[in-house]
Amino acid sequence: MKKLLLATAASALMASGALAEDIKLGIIFGFTGPIESLTPAMADGAELAMKEVSDSGKLLGGSSVTPVRADSTCIDAGAATAAAERLVTSDGVAAIVGADCSGVTGAILANVALPNGIVMISPSATSPGLSTAEDNGLFFRTAPSDARQGVVMAEILLEQGVNSVAVTYTNNDYGKGLADAFQAAYEERGGTVTINAAHEDGKADYSAEVGALAAAGGDRLVVAGYVDQGGSGIVRAAIDAGAFDTFHFPDGMIGDKLEENFGDEIDGSTGQHPGTDSPGAAMFKELAGDAFDATSPFAPEAYDAAALIMLAMQAAGSSDSQVFKDKVMEVANAPGEKIYPGELAKALDILASGGDIDYVGASAVELIGPGESAGNYRQIVIEGGKVTTVKYR
Amino acid sequence: MDFLNAIVALANYVLIPGLAYGSQLALGALGVTLVYGILRFSNFAHGDTMAFGAMVTILVTWWFQSLGISIAPLPTALLALPFGILATAALVLATDRVVYRFYRRVKAKPVVLVMASLGVMFIMNGIVRFIIGPGEQRFADGARFIIKARDFKHWSGLSEGLALRTSQVITIVTALVVVAVLFWFLNRTRTGKSMRAFSDNEDLALLSGINPERVVMYTWLIVAALVTIAGVLYGLDKSFKPFTYFQLLLPIFASAIVGGLGNPLGAIAGGFVIAFSEVTVTYAWKKVITYLAPGDWAPDGLVQLLSTDYKFAVSFAILVVVLLIKPTGLFKGQAV
Repeated sequence: MKKLLLATAASALMASGALAEDIKLGIIFGFTGPIESLTPAMADGAELAMKEVSDSGKLLGGSSVTPVRADSTCIDAGAATAAAERLVTSDGVAAIVGADCSGVTGAILANVALPNGIVMISPSATSPGLSTAEDNGLFFRTAPSDARQGVVMAEILLEQGVNSVAVTYTNNDYGKGLADAFQAAYEERGGTVTINAAHEDGKADYSAEVGALAAAGGDRLVVAGYVDQGGSGIVRAAIDAGAFDTFHFPDGMIGDKLEENFGDEIDGSTGQHPGTDSPGAAMFKELAGDAFDATSPFAPEAYDAAALIMLAMQAAGSSDSQVFKDKVMEVANAPGEKIYPGELAKALDILASGGDIDYVGASAVELIGPGESAGNYRQIVIEGGKVTTVKYR
Repeated sequence: MDFLNAIVALANYVLIPGLAYGSQLALGALGVTLVYGILRFSNFAHGDTMAFGAMVTILVTWWFQSLGISIAPLPTALLALPFGILATAALVLATDRVVYRFYRRVKAKPVVLVMASLGVMFIMNGIVRFIIGPGEQRFADGARFIIKARDFKHWSGLSEGLALRTSQVITIVTALVVVAVLFWFLNRTRTGKSMRAFSDNEDLALLSGINPERVVMYTWLIVAALVTIAGVLYGLDKSFKPFTYFQLLLPIFASAIVGGLGNPLGAIAGGFVIAFSEVTVTYAWKKVITYLAPGDWAPDGLVQLLSTDYKFAVSFAILVVVLLIKPTGLFKGQAV
């Protein structure tokens, strides 16, 4: 009976074509688990975009969009797969905004999205492994891969004429992934990594680690660690022993603590962390108002993920994942009119009339390679003990 | 020139850090060895007693700093040290009264005392974290350096820098003073002699009229002073974090056992053996060899025997080897 109903509903959907329908979009984030403090704002961001589109009444001839939330738990692949399965088979969602953490995202992609042919756009999964996962063109992300920062980091250093560096990373997935991505990108472009060594967080003394780094040598020391943890310990020991004068810091090291701990002792050091000067972020904040915290991590990316799905549907003239999956890259990138948060109605109009858009959104989306954000980075230099912006890239 | 560079690099990364670390271990191992020699059990609470002493010293240091009292260029912590020692002495005497005395009265086996000390360790662990928190605390002030690496390079014209931190010098000097005073006390004073007699032969000592409770009390007082000094020096030189003090237990015990448990001289030698083994085995020798080796003999690799992650494995390996081959340690201590 249920199957018959489903089949009827499905055929009804097919038949309706450009007629108004009620499109359901799944939102699968870890509402419980390690990042449960971030996910409410992320879901609110995604739902804000859906509401904006529904209110405009311009999507596919006046279709409305209804969000359906599900819990990915962030860490439990089994529970996440079951929740996604429910979204697709029982709620009948047309596409999924999510998931959040890289592990469960990969599981849902392989077990649910791929077999059912459902488009997934994750706002926050950053594992480099997802770049090469089999996806049949169904998977996108509005967050950059961690590997991307390695590439940006290599470019910054080589631009400054630093051709030989020592690398130390905090001994976890983040540190190792970033250090390896950096080494690959840097050596490919002609740089030399003299040593790529791990350090453990929470030790009292890093002089032995610095001894090894100093023995390997290099023009600069890349510290892929945490400023509240071993990263600062390494920098302190390196300055004390006179092993390195300047450093390069990725995102985990850039914070108020860095200025506080070292001040002008690290003048001339460089770094980069995700950041953008695009007006999209401010517009998103205004749009969100007091409803939720628009500056919460990945909330802008979640808005963009949901917006991209709906814009791609409009561009394809269909809410069928198999049809609109090819349009996602098209609406996200140039050419076309730039679209910022709050301008989704305008974008839908342009697409309906056959025009082109370049969705910029809240997080300055630019999809590259296998459908992932190029990411925006703020390049910094330490001057007079202060972190100062060089430029955005 | 290359030869000088090699020596400077060696001093900067191996000799000076090794000496400072060895002094800290030696002071810690002296405490372990005294407790073992006189109270006859391995005190597992030793590392956390160090943390407690350092914690009180840090709190008093902060108080002094807020009052504006300082003895610059020396760190204020040295001024606060006596208060730390007093508080630690009170703590260990109270612990002895509440826990260990009972087991001494019933003549419990050493292993029971060891287990009791394990319980004490957990409680002290909790007290320290409860009062000052599990995070890292910085309390060093005063001049950080005696010789700065950059200044040394300018002055000497060598390509290698030499850094000498105030805390390293203070550590080495303090350790020398403390060890001298301790040996004078043990060998020259009446109380010290009675402690040694008690350690050598308990029954004979009791027969000759030595009051055991007094000996125990003096032992705890000396241990309190030693652990607090060791804890504060380690915190000054590196950083204070309760968990790292707990981790220090392994190298400290290794030092005491390598030197021979119950033998103060052995504890000092053991401290330096462990410290220099840890530093030299995990040091990447590439730089030094490149300076010394003629022409193109420079090695491609880092010439590092073990990654720095295996630092603790070094003390563990030495411990196992010593226990297998010479259980009494280098200086004829008591067999474990």
